[in-house]
Amino acid sequence: MSTDPALLVRVTGLSKTYGSTVALSGLDLTLQRGRILGLLGPNGAGKTTAIHILMGLLTPGSGQVRVLGMDPGRERHRIAERMNFASAYVQLPSNLKVYENLNVFAGLYGVRDARRKVEELLELFGVAELSGRLTGSLSSGEKTRVNLVKCLLNDPELLLLDEPTASLDPEMADHVRTTLRRIQRERGIGILYTSHNMPEVEELCDSIVFLHQGLKIAEGPPREVLARYGTRDLDELFIKIVRKEHGSAGGGS
Amino acid sequence: MNASLRRIGAVVLRYAYLHKRSLPRVFEIVFWPVMELLVWGFVSVYVRSLSADPAVRIAVFLIGAMIFWDILYRSQQGVSIAVIEDVWTQNIVNVLVSPLRIWEWLTATFIYGFLKTCVITAILWALAYGLYRFDLADAMGLYLVPLAANLFLFGWALGVFTSALVIRWGHAAEALIWGIPFLVQPLSAIYYPLSTLPEWLRPFALLLPSTHVFEGMREVLATGRMASASLWASFGMNLVAFAAASMVFRFLYGQAKNTGRLGRLGLD
Ligand SMILES: Nc1ncnc2c1ncn2[C@@H]1O[C@H](COP(=O)(O)OP(=O)(O)O)[C@@H](O)[C@H]1O
Ligand SMILES: [Mg+2]
Repeated sequence: MSTDPALLVRVTGLSKTYGSTVALSGLDLTLQRGRILGLLGPNGAGKTTAIHILMGLLTPGSGQVRVLGMDPGRERHRIAERMNFASAYVQLPSNLKVYENLNVFAGLYGVRDARRKVEELLELFGVAELSGRLTGSLSSGEKTRVNLVKCLLNDPELLLLDEPTASLDPEMADHVRTTLRRIQRERGIGILYTSHNMPEVEELCDSIVFLHQGLKIAEGPPREVLARYGTRDLDELFIKIVRKEHGSAGGGS
Repeated sequence: MNASLRRIGAVVLRYAYLHKRSLPRVFEIVFWPVMELLVWGFVSVYVRSLSADPAVRIAVFLIGAMIFWDILYRSQQGVSIAVIEDVWTQNIVNVLVSPLRIWEWLTATFIYGFLKTCVITAILWALAYGLYRFDLADAMGLYLVPLAANLFLFGWALGVFTSALVIRWGHAAEALIWGIPFLVQPLSAIYYPLSTLPEWLRPFALLLPSTHVFEGMREVLATGRMASASLWASFGMNLVAFAAASMVFRFLYGQAKNTGRLGRLGLD
C-alpha cells in the first residue's frame, strides 16, 4: 500500500457493472496533489460512475480505491471532510437564499468563521451580489459559480467536478475555468474533472484519461495523447476513438 | 460529538430557513390538523347531545384521540418529508457526500419534526380548549409526557422506515410516505376501544406501540390513571420498531448504493 502523501487518488483495477451494463472495466487512475486530471469520454463512458465510487456514494464491483489514502467504502466521512464535489446535475435547494444554502453547508463541513468564508468565496467568483437571492432564481452560470463556492467552503485538498460547466455558455464556461485554474495554482488543490468538452479539457488539464464504454482508451498529458494518435486536437481524437471503437465492435455485442 | 452537533444543527437550520419565508408552508402545517380538529370537535359535540349520561365519555375520547393521532402522524411526516424535500430539490447528493452521518441526518429530521409537532399540538390544545372546553393537560395530567413520547418515538420509527423507501424508490415512493401511517391507523384503536376489533385481530393490534398509547389515553380520560405496564409495553415495542426500521433503512440504503440509485436520486 502506497503512503505517498502527494497521491490524492489511487484506483487500481476498478470495475463496476449495473445489471448487464458494464460501466467501468479495470480502470487504473492516479491523481497527484496540485494537479488537474481530466476524465473524459462520451456520454455513458463511466465518468460519473467513477466519481461516485470515489465519494463512497456507490459500491465498487471490484478493484482497489484509495482517496487521500483511505477507503471510501469504510471511511467516507473522514474523506468527505477534506474533499468536495460539484456537478451541473446536482443543485442546492432552490427555495433557500444563496447565503442560507452556503451557511448550511458551512455547518455540515464544520467551517470556522463561516460568514467570512462565504463572503470571501462569493467575492472570488464574482457573485457577492447574489448572496440574498433565492437560489432557484439564478441563471445556470450563477448557479454553477455558487456550487463552486460550496465546493471550496472546507478548503478541500481534492475536488471532484462532474461536468461542472455542462449547462454554461462558452463565455461563462471560460470564466469558470479561469477561476478554477487560479484557485488550483494558489491553493495546490488536486482536481478530478469530468467532461465531454474536448477544448475545455485540453486547456485546463495537466493530464487526461480517456474513457470509452468503461475502458481506458488513452491517457497522458493532452499534447502527448494528441501526438500519439496523430490528431490536431482532442475533438478530432474523440471522434477518431469513438468511431474506431464502434467500427471494430460493429459486428459484436 | 461537538462536530456531530454542529452538523445536526446545520440540517435543522436548513428547515428553519425553509419556513422562515414560506407562508404557504406554515399555513399548510397548521391547516390540516385544525380542520381535522374542527370536524372531530363537532362530532363530539353532537355525540354528547345524543346522551345525557355523564358516563358516556366518548366525546372527550374523540378529541383526545385526534390530537394524539396528529402527534404520531406529524412526527412520521417530519422525518420523511425532510428527506424527500432533498430529493425534490436535487440536493440530496450534496448532502450524502458531505461529512454528515446518516444517523445525524435522521436525528436532525426528527428534531425538525418534533419542533413542528409541538407547535401544532399547542395550537390544537388551545383551540380544543377554546371551542370545546377540552383541556388536554388537565385531562391527561402527567401521563401526557410518556404517552406523547411514545407517539413521537413510533412516528420516528415509521419516518425512518418510509424514508428508507424514498432512498430506494425515489419519487415513486412518495405516495407511501402519506399512506403508511394510515396503514397502522385502523389497528391502533384510535377512535374506538381495542375491544371493538374482532377478537382474532387484537393480538396483532397489541403488537403496535400506538395501540397501547390510545388504550392508555382512554383509560386515563375515564379513570384518571393507567397501568404503567402498558407504558412499558409501548416503549419496548417502540425500541423494537425503531431497530427494525433502522435495519430496513440500512439494507435499502446499501442496496441503493450498490445499484447506483443513490447517486441518481432526484434525477428521475
Ligand atoms: N444506476 C444505474 N443503473 C443502471 N445503469 C446505470 C446506472 N448509472 C449509470 N448507468 C449506465 O452505466 C453507464 C455509465 O454511466 P455514467 O457513469 O453515468 O457515464 P458518464 O458519466 O460517462 O456519462 C451508462 O451506460 C449508463 O447508462
Ligand atoms: Mg455523467
